[in-house]
Amino acid sequence: MRTSPKVEQKFIQVVLYAFTSIAIITLIFILAVIFKNGIPQLSLEFLTRNPADMGREGGILSTIVATISLTFIALLVATPLGVGTAIYLTEYTVESRVTRIIRFGAECLAGIPSIIFGLFGFILFVNKLGFGWSILSGGLTLAFMVLPTIIRTSEEAIKAVPHAYRLVSFSLGSTRWQSVTRVVLPSALPGIVTGVILSIGRSIGETAVVIFTAGSALRMPTSLFSSSRTMAVHFYILAKEGVSMPKAYGTAAVLVISILIINIVTYYLMEKYIRRKS
Amino acid sequence: MKQVAIRVENLSHFYGNHQSLKKINLEIYRNEILGIIGPAKSGKSTFLACLNRLNDLIPGSRVEGRILVDGEDIYSPEVDVVALRRKLGIVFATPVPLPLTIYENIVYGVRLLGRNNRKELDWIVEDSLEKAGLWNEVKDRLHTSALKLSGGQQQRLCIARVLALKPEYIMLDEPTSGLDPISTMKIEDSLRTLKKDYTIILVTNNTKQAARVADRTAFFLMGELVEIDETPVVFTRPADKRTEDYLLGRFG
Repeated sequence: MRTSPKVEQKFIQVVLYAFTSIAIITLIFILAVIFKNGIPQLSLEFLTRNPADMGREGGILSTIVATISLTFIALLVATPLGVGTAIYLTEYTVESRVTRIIRFGAECLAGIPSIIFGLFGFILFVNKLGFGWSILSGGLTLAFMVLPTIIRTSEEAIKAVPHAYRLVSFSLGSTRWQSVTRVVLPSALPGIVTGVILSIGRSIGETAVVIFTAGSALRMPTSLFSSSRTMAVHFYILAKEGVSMPKAYGTAAVLVISILIINIVTYYLMEKYIRRKS
Repeated sequence: MKQVAIRVENLSHFYGNHQSLKKINLEIYRNEILGIIGPAKSGKSTFLACLNRLNDLIPGSRVEGRILVDGEDIYSPEVDVVALRRKLGIVFATPVPLPLTIYENIVYGVRLLGRNNRKELDWIVEDSLEKAGLWNEVKDRLHTSALKLSGGQQQRLCIARVLALKPEYIMLDEPTSGLDPISTMKIEDSLRTLKKDYTIILVTNNTKQAARVADRTAFFLMGELVEIDETPVVFTRPADKRTEDYLLGRFG
């Protein structure tokens, strides 16, 4: 006997609803644990003072500075490289074996575990190029880690720009580069920015790469060549070595809240940008 | 004596193995409106794309024969394609305003040349919109998005955008196919005025439109030029049976 379409419909709905709930509940659970334990630790002092006594005392200022610098360098390097690659793949080549190989390469790069990137950065930047454990080594390694994400999202965003815009631009006497910079990129910007935001999130939260390449010094970094500890690494060390769970939760709360703020602000700005355009 | 502006000699065009134009020979006179009619897929749009080399952008596109624009072979290696496209402006069937303001749409091509003088741009915007018959409708909202205009206004914007380039030729590819009769009439009026200063090539699905505005009419069928003559001649005494059948609505 066949189940009636109505029953089937209801059943599928319930199952899919349950699946979705599991994802949302997990998120809520994580946030609840972190905020419950972390928020009480937060104070102006926690944000504006350097860690003392291995992180048992004081705040996390130096790790905030380190996180921002590392992420900034990673994005400064990865964004032009990634967007440039995406422009090349979509606008300057015809779909062929070569583009498929490049794209496959980028996909593979995306699948490499971050600890392997850490090792690669350690060998290349820390040792071979002699940058040592530093913000520079860490930032460059993170850049290569997030590169595939930026390439992929930029490529999708650029492909979504109507072909007619390019045709019109060419017909009005633009060169290929002019049509890219004046029409294609502005239209693709929201998509490209989404990729960059995802990458910021990944860079901020990354530990394996950073431990291998930027080290874990607690001092306030003073130059690109300072070894330094990011918030994520700080959390890892505090928690794993049992230094101070309260401080670890405080750090985690700051991490999570910053990522939330970045996401919300960006979506707000993009919304405004899109509305202004249309 | 009419002056030949464009001479097309034995023009064939291929997309990969498919031949889309078959040995076209025709002349276009200065300051005339040449209407090109014919059913879908007869090569009309491809013909326009060959004239300003937009077909270069399509992979697998290939041309044989010659096109002389003002005596210059436009497929010779030393031709400046960008300059050619400014000289032969094109308006497409679907109006495509760029996602910019009305003002920035008009000056898009001018800015590409690095000309950014505000006064000059202001003047070009007013002049082009005036000629395209759109100035009075949009003069108070030049700095709002062009995407908010109606279809007919968008199409006149596209014509104004081409005029801003100071082209010598205006090619229109079924410019009124998506428009209501009143918008269509406004565009046809603009074309009659523009004829004084420009040579116009008008591809149209609507044979009546060719009858209304074209000085001469060419009939394309399956990549072939069946006939070309003064519009009244083509419409009343066509030389070819196929033209007559098409005009009488027996096919297409």
